[in-house]
Amino acid sequence: MIFELSFIFAGIIAFSVLTYVVLDGFDLGLGILFPLARDHKERGVMMNSVAPVWDGNETWLVLGGGGLFAVFPLAYAVVMPALYMPIIVMLLALVFRGVGFEYRWRSERWRPFWDMAFFGGSLVATLMQGISLGALVQGIQVEGRAYAGGWWDWLSPFSIGTGIALVLGYGLLGATWLVMKTEGPLQARMRGLAIWLGIGTLLAIGAVSLATPFLHPQYLSRWFTFPAAWYSAAVPLLLLIAAFLLFTGLRRGKDIQPFLAAQSLFVLSFIGIGISFYPYIVPPDLTIAAAAAPDESLRFILVGTVILVPIILGYTAYAYWVFRGKVDPNEGYH
Amino acid sequence: MLESFSAETLARMQFAFTVSFHIIFPAFSIGLASYLAVLNALWLKTRDETYLHLFTYWKKIFAMAFGMGVVSGIVMSYQFGTNWAVFSDKAGPVIGPLMGYEVLSAFFLEAGFLGIMLFGRNRVGDGLHMFATAMVAAGTLFSATWIIAVNSWMQTPQGHGINELGQFVPEDWMAIIFSPSFPYRLVHMVLAAYLTTALVVGGVGAWHLLRDRLDPTARRMFSMAMWMILFVAPLQIFAGDQHGLNTLEHQPTKVMAMEGHFESHPDGAPLILFGWPDQEAQEMKYSVEIPKLSSLILKHSWDAPLDGLDTVAREDQPPVAIVFWSFRVMVGLGFCFLGLAIWSVTKRAMGRLYDSPWLQRVAVLLGPTGFIAVLAGWITTEVGRQPFTVYGLLRTSDSLSPVQAPAVAASLAGFAVVYFFVFGAGTIYILAMMAKPAATPRLGLRDGPIRTAGLTPAQQSNPDALHDD
Repeated sequence: MIFELSFIFAGIIAFSVLTYVVLDGFDLGLGILFPLARDHKERGVMMNSVAPVWDGNETWLVLGGGGLFAVFPLAYAVVMPALYMPIIVMLLALVFRGVGFEYRWRSERWRPFWDMAFFGGSLVATLMQGISLGALVQGIQVEGRAYAGGWWDWLSPFSIGTGIALVLGYGLLGATWLVMKTEGPLQARMRGLAIWLGIGTLLAIGAVSLATPFLHPQYLSRWFTFPAAWYSAAVPLLLLIAAFLLFTGLRRGKDIQPFLAAQSLFVLSFIGIGISFYPYIVPPDLTIAAAAAPDESLRFILVGTVILVPIILGYTAYAYWVFRGKVDPNEGYH
Repeated sequence: MLESFSAETLARMQFAFTVSFHIIFPAFSIGLASYLAVLNALWLKTRDETYLHLFTYWKKIFAMAFGMGVVSGIVMSYQFGTNWAVFSDKAGPVIGPLMGYEVLSAFFLEAGFLGIMLFGRNRVGDGLHMFATAMVAAGTLFSATWIIAVNSWMQTPQGHGINELGQFVPEDWMAIIFSPSFPYRLVHMVLAAYLTTALVVGGVGAWHLLRDRLDPTARRMFSMAMWMILFVAPLQIFAGDQHGLNTLEHQPTKVMAMEGHFESHPDGAPLILFGWPDQEAQEMKYSVEIPKLSSLILKHSWDAPLDGLDTVAREDQPPVAIVFWSFRVMVGLGFCFLGLAIWSVTKRAMGRLYDSPWLQRVAVLLGPTGFIAVLAGWITTEVGRQPFTVYGLLRTSDSLSPVQAPAVAASLAGFAVVYFFVFGAGTIYILAMMAKPAATPRLGLRDGPIRTAGLTPAQQSNPDALHDD
């Protein structure tokens, strides 16, 4: 076969992780911005703008982890122990954040606490996702079929940098989402904030992009060896266009354009990381082909993936369509 | 204290702890999702507002339970990798795709339609809202199907080969999914979820009947729950018996531990009702037994020979005391549920279903015990599989991640603190929601005396109480 099944699945896993970032990014970002709401009512509007869809958004994280387990069990078995601590902390943070959606309506006395839990959970989960990504880009030490590094390998200036970058980026997604979904003073404040978060995100993308090629010679050659560099160069170019659209959209008071531009920044950054990674799934040692499950496993799950993922995308899009438009401050089921 | 435990013990404690917490929520949401679909369908069909009130009431409780299930489930999906990396590498090619199918066919379905079910009644038509509600219910059942397929393969593995890397390689997917214990396990689990939910609904209905026996929503939920228990409890006892026979065929060691048979009985084994299993001495102390009954139950013959744990190497035996006792808890509760069902149908025949305070008190008492039975059942089957993760093929001690005990201890402590706090608070909120009646009836529509307590004019005229969303 010219196209190995494992490469198809690398694409599918990359797609589900990207979908996770695109979908859950803005609702985590909204959590990060939660303390900026003026009062209880604004917080209610913010939360209700994502309450009907956040469950589905977070499911893509389960697909990312579960999918890795299903089709690249070796990568899963190596990455999880290597990122043990950031992943456990992320999971605990997601517990706090996830229950915030229900709990804050259940007890007036404890509402400030659950609001803080929603904010803290979102912030810490994002930070840990960014740190995990940074640790993965740095490379994970493998010997035989197991993780062979130390307990603190994941913690480095670079991974902390990617963590902060992701907090800024998700913040930007959250702010532009609220520009799209709300009206009045909340929208105006978010529009102003989005400009600063946009600048911060771009600086962070720049810093991480500059640092990445120097982590491994492989990354360097991918970006700075011609003629491959001509193709790679398209990514930063498109990034600049997306940034331009983001800022013009914000300045001209557009509702939807800033959100789409901010999402484009993420998609492009993601493609950039993909260019660096290929053909590895866990750099610097584990390739996509080596980590893949046997073909019998891949063929079995491929059938379901090809049929079910389009259906999932279909009803997910429908759910977003049902809850389209500005949030009605008086709606909710609580 | 924790440093005296090995990484393996701690990882097992962590898995047991997180999975025990998690199973509570699916057990409840499987049953509740189906109940909500039934209530919504009945509302659309009869336009009897009692059903709409009940739907709105249980929908909020469902949202709470579902939210807690989601977050505790995400933890589960990553824990295979963090603490059981070798197991993941080796068994991943077989169980990974099954779990992938669970996400694709169940999680997305539940999560995708949940928003429409909770928030969408006024945004989509009745038909689509009903469809969304049914999809959420279907999602919970699909989820159970896949996860039971995974568990059943780990209990009674077949349809795989083992490659040169020591990985289990799928050869026949139908054989893997439909492993010998799968149908029994699936039926037993789904019935357990329905029974558990019926007990909760019945307990809540009974609670409100004790306060106001004319409350129409309380009457409706109590009556529906008692019918459900009457239907499901005997079925569950039958399904459990069939599952037991299947286990005897495929995992005899587990049955020996469940029955507490340390010794073989060549001519008829007694049923040990109670006793103190002493695994060190390999004997049952202080046992109360009925001669020959175990052989009758398991082999349908008084004198059938039955092997005991003396035929199994010591290092291949599961921890007997845990399995022995958890099994008794499950079975004991199962018969309590049957008793409740019979009692309620007797009262119903007498026309006194709603005004039998003792029946209602017992129903309240048994309300949460379905969860205990579910947990006890899972403990029986999971601890009974030890010392293997894949029965007979992969030892638990060979499944572990290269993790150090302090890291596992720290994360276990983290989970314990967070879970007790977060899910403790959630339980309190759910109980507070259950303590409120389902709907405040409007004045003038009641055929009984107006309650003197707990009813304020403001509540009576609250239009929100009569609207969904």
